Amino acid sequence: MHLLLMLLIAALMIGGAQARADAQEPYRIGAVFSITGPGSSLGIPERDTALMLEADINARGGIKGPDGRLHPLKIVIYDDASDETKAVLAAKKLIDEDKVTAIVGTTLSGTSLAILDTVQKAEVPLISCAAAAKIVEPAAERKWVFKTPQSDHLIVGVLVDYLKAKGLTRVAWLNVDYAFGQLGWVEFEKAAQTAGLSIPVNEKFGQKDVDMTAQLTRVKAAAPQAVVVWSIPPSASIATRNYADLGLKMPMFQSHGVGNKKFVELAGPAANGVMFPAGKLLVAEQLADNDPQKAVLLAYARDFEARYGPRNTFGGHAWDAVQLAVRGIERAGIDRAGVRAAIESTRNFVGISGVFDFSPTDHNGLDRRAAMMIQVVDGQWKTAK
Amino acid sequence: MGEQLAQYLASGLVVGGIYALIGLGFVIVYGVTRIVNFAQGEFVMLGALGMVTLTARGYGVGTAFVVSLLAVATVGALLERVAVRPLRRAPALAVLILTIGASIALRGAALLSWGTDPLAVPAFSAGPPLVVGGAVVVRQGVWVLAVAASVFAALWWFFNRTYAGTAVRACAVNPRAASLMGIRVDRVSLLAWTLSGALGATAGAVIAPITYATYDMGLMLGLKGFVAAVLGGLASPPAAIAGGFALGVLESLAAGLVSSAYKDAVAFVVLIAVCLAQVAGWLPWRVAQES
Repeated sequence: MHLLLMLLIAALMIGGAQARADAQEPYRIGAVFSITGPGSSLGIPERDTALMLEADINARGGIKGPDGRLHPLKIVIYDDASDETKAVLAAKKLIDEDKVTAIVGTTLSGTSLAILDTVQKAEVPLISCAAAAKIVEPAAERKWVFKTPQSDHLIVGVLVDYLKAKGLTRVAWLNVDYAFGQLGWVEFEKAAQTAGLSIPVNEKFGQKDVDMTAQLTRVKAAAPQAVVVWSIPPSASIATRNYADLGLKMPMFQSHGVGNKKFVELAGPAANGVMFPAGKLLVAEQLADNDPQKAVLLAYARDFEARYGPRNTFGGHAWDAVQLAVRGIERAGIDRAGVRAAIESTRNFVGISGVFDFSPTDHNGLDRRAAMMIQVVDGQWKTAK
Repeated sequence: MGEQLAQYLASGLVVGGIYALIGLGFVIVYGVTRIVNFAQGEFVMLGALGMVTLTARGYGVGTAFVVSLLAVATVGALLERVAVRPLRRAPALAVLILTIGASIALRGAALLSWGTDPLAVPAFSAGPPLVVGGAVVVRQGVWVLAVAASVFAALWWFFNRTYAGTAVRACAVNPRAASLMGIRVDRVSLLAWTLSGALGATAGAVIAPITYATYDMGLMLGLKGFVAAVLGGLASPPAAIAGGFALGVLESLAAGLVSSAYKDAVAFVVLIAVCLAQVAGWLPWRVAQES
């Protein structure tokens, strides 16, 4: 009897070991997002999108690696609390302990710039979801780093073209005083000079400021033809409300940082009329049917909204980043150098933020077709005329 | 230029009213217990988020205000009973660190309950902003000033016309003598913490419609309130009120006339300057010392 029982247990153990051997080693992708802190309105949809893709890919059986077998996908996600130091620690942990093949994130430009050294030294591909062009430029010095959001100079270029086309040549500028706003200012100043725009006022405010009336009063005194505010909610929403309260009537432009429903929700009716350059996701339904991205955009918007609520461009950046990492792994498995090379040679990848054509000299892979002007009309996004 | 100046003053006074309310909380707790309560800013945050939850449940602004004020006052009282009282014989530094710990704990709890998104609170009364002497003031800004003024008046009455208020002042002057006169110092300490919770909640509730409410709003507001209190010598409620308004106006003028980049720096430069002036003996008033 005892012998029988032992045989049975032994058989079960062998069977179990057999079953484990059948399941392939999971492919591991790391992710660092700002799930808390000032960047959380961006970081949370990014995390949600990563989780959604992980679940969807595993529901299909996983990733088919170069060995021809299906491997489950494991995305290890850490929160950097919108903090540079924590981002570096998270990246180190992903590389040293979790042994990930590639990292997606971070959410913010500052945190992405902070972890550049770490990933470059460890030779791990990083696909950033942050805006600043500096993250991937010059590409020769950023061998291991890619990014999916439209670079700030691309977005600013679309805005400046629009301003010029509308004859708005005296433009006041306000920006939030951290990396996103400061880099936006650097690009805007450059583009404005080239396009012959004058900037009578340029002001800053803090992301935690409760009132931007003082800055806007200076704007009012300068009487520009248009005002640009480069920030993210909540400060972007407060500035918008202060703007309406002060009775300023010139058109207000903002950044792609307000491409989420939170901005409209917090600013209320004051948001009406605000225009901003952003990716096409927000107005996917209004795109022409022959737009190459339309089908991908609608599918993502549907999947995301079914699970997490209103779409926003930030989740789209994470979608692109995770997909690029997955495509790299499909071709090179856990070989980090191979994954890097695969991403760099990606052409004509139809993503959420645009159609990507990477090259050894371009680690963003997007051009101006990836952004357009969008206007808030009665709390809804419309393509701007 | 005159119109611009009026705008800076108006904006500064509204923000200053908030700093003054928070600064008062610091002064009352410090006066009675000689503790700088770094969780004061978290009371503000709780008051604001309380308004968010209650107004979202359909309660009127008045009801929501009173309920969230009472709730945060209870948090203040609990903090005194559970955390501060057991440490009353500990060195001041230990209690200071405890209040920092309490503030981190409260912020973490708020993060878990309310999430990280900024949340909107309806204004107390709707309508376009008012124009006063060329300056634009949102209606909620008028509410901030009105509520702050009523709180100041009520506190003055309490401290000067009631037995309990006199007891608080007595403990602030000399706790030992007060206890020899039959005042229950521990009860007064509880009262001070409850009051400072209520003050913080008031500040949070009136400012939330302007600034939105987030779990981490308390840190910066608390620091600014602390600077306001120090500016007023950390011992006298009227001086803390003056300190709050002075700081608000100074910040607004700095942002408007110099550069908005220096706005936050103003508060901390003022703090350092006041501390140095105090050490050098240049101040006509002094920061309260250990008694």
